[in-house]
Amino acid sequence: MSLNIIVLAKQVPDTRNVGKDAMKEDGTINRAALPAIFNPEDLNALEQALRIKDANPGSTVTILTMGLPRASEIIREAMYRGADGGVVLTDRVLGGADTLATSYSLAQAVKKFGKYDIILGGRQAIDGDTAQVGPQIAEKLGIPQVTYAEEILEINDKNVVVKRRLENGVETVKAPLPCVVTVNGSAADCRPRNAMRIQKYKYAASTSEKANLPEKQKELLEKRPYLNINEWSAAYVDADPTQIGMPGSPTKVKAIENVVFTAKESLCLDNDDTQIENLIKELIANHTIG
Amino acid sequence: MTDKNNLIVYCEFDEGKVADVSLELLTKGRELADKLGVKLEAVVIGDKLDGVENQLFPYGADVVYKVADDRLYPYTSNPHASVLINLFKEIEPQICLMGATCIGRDLGPRVSSCLHSGLTADCTSLEIGDHKDPKTGKEYQNLLYQIRPAFGGNIVATIVNPECRPQMATVREGVMKKEVFDANHKGEVVELDASKYVSPEEFVIEILDRHIEKSKVNIKNSPIIVAGGYGMGSKENFELLYKLAETIGAEVGASRAAVDAGFCEHDRQIGQTGVTVRPKLYIACGISGQIQHIAGMQESSIIISINNDPEAPINAIADYVINGNAEDVIPKLIKYYKKNSK
Repeated sequence: MSLNIIVLAKQVPDTRNVGKDAMKEDGTINRAALPAIFNPEDLNALEQALRIKDANPGSTVTILTMGLPRASEIIREAMYRGADGGVVLTDRVLGGADTLATSYSLAQAVKKFGKYDIILGGRQAIDGDTAQVGPQIAEKLGIPQVTYAEEILEINDKNVVVKRRLENGVETVKAPLPCVVTVNGSAADCRPRNAMRIQKYKYAASTSEKANLPEKQKELLEKRPYLNINEWSAAYVDADPTQIGMPGSPTKVKAIENVVFTAKESLCLDNDDTQIENLIKELIANHTIG
Repeated sequence: MTDKNNLIVYCEFDEGKVADVSLELLTKGRELADKLGVKLEAVVIGDKLDGVENQLFPYGADVVYKVADDRLYPYTSNPHASVLINLFKEIEPQICLMGATCIGRDLGPRVSSCLHSGLTADCTSLEIGDHKDPKTGKEYQNLLYQIRPAFGGNIVATIVNPECRPQMATVREGVMKKEVFDANHKGEVVELDASKYVSPEEFVIEILDRHIEKSKVNIKNSPIIVAGGYGMGSKENFELLYKLAETIGAEVGASRAAVDAGFCEHDRQIGQTGVTVRPKLYIACGISGQIQHIAGMQESSIIISINNDPEAPINAIADYVINGNAEDVIPKLIKYYKKNSK
């Protein structure tokens, strides 16, 4: 049994690693200083996809991402780890999309793939933390969803059995294929890059990257179709212009406020026995501890 | 134009009890509904819903919709989504609130996608206000301001849904206050026939097993947290934190850097990608205070930072800063706690 697996992935700014140099003087964040990374939970999803492929030889794992052309970076990264290829859905008119317009656009791209058995993706992306795109794509495609997945326990050509990790328990569900499964960060980590695969895929390039390559590499891409990372436009996936980008987004950002940490009046102590004992006494006296 | 449609809260109900987060949303919903001059409605979907309204009325619900069917419990996505979608087409609420729980975050997007209504996840504040579209100049009155942190907690965004209804938002448990509105408040009960709102084809997911399995670590509810960072230097030094925690009755937490370095397991990670905590005392040991960590603990009532770097960013939000190496300071904390606690 071979399965067509689509993995939804997103290139995100690394909001978890906001170091000192990423902070402007006014205490706000300098986005340009943040590295762009593979959204962490999408890597957990990729691992589950690769495990299905391992267990079912002949299966394919295809990455679908929406973003700037440079998002081809995460497709190459996924190829190094075991994915077969990928597509970047990229178009100026897709910009400024909220989760609904995003899921519409991605669902249109999924339809373009034709046959697929299962769609996997991370539970949420670290730049928005909404966890909405997975279920919304499922709804747009008219298929079921399984969220908060921790492990795919079984899969055949009709059903998938998934272990879900919920607030205070575990649920095992059986869902019919095709369906969307969103994977938690508590799932197994993604396997690292494979040296052989790096050799094989290091010249993989997207349509826009290809344009700037030397002739020799262009020829290589012609000869080896698996090195081509396709870029799809909104028109190519037959997206309705009123459903995408800003116009297709019901939610509007009214205001953005940067979070600035305001310093409290802190009491500084030295590593001195009397000062520490006094602090402990104070905490006991006001019932903070004890 | 003023919207006179009502505000509805999707209430989670399990083992005879309405979830706290749903009651918190009713409390908030009551306040918003009063501002808008509309009714506060609640919808409960599940099985064995007898008397559930008696838990909801005191929190201000004017109408309780009950959709009972043994196939609707335990929760699965499609059937609950289908009930809400069909109900909302009928009653056209202007606002719908849900808990940002595993259920609400699964259900909300499915409903909003079908109704093409905007949904904002994990709001930390909800208000009613006006809005003028900067492009068209069109003015809107009494929209729901959905306020939430974004970008890893580095910005706070106010989101509005000017054109689409219902305006949907999810809120995490514990963010809004739960308050009895009036113990004698009574409203109307509307029992709906489940078969009119969900078709048999929607029951596609089969639940094979469900059991309670608490995460091993429960730092979220601990009133005192001793947290270690990369500055602790080693897994062995982390043992000191466990000793201190045991002495003063605390749980041990860690920064992402400490977890990545292997000093501590992942389920103790505090911060944007870990757990958000609000203990009454937070002792940060060797934690520099990256923004993602601070986002997960800054609401602690009292913060003590033990650090040998006086410039560590966490010191800016600490109530007490102890300049020194954590491995020297912690034994002293233990010693003086033991001496003074009896």
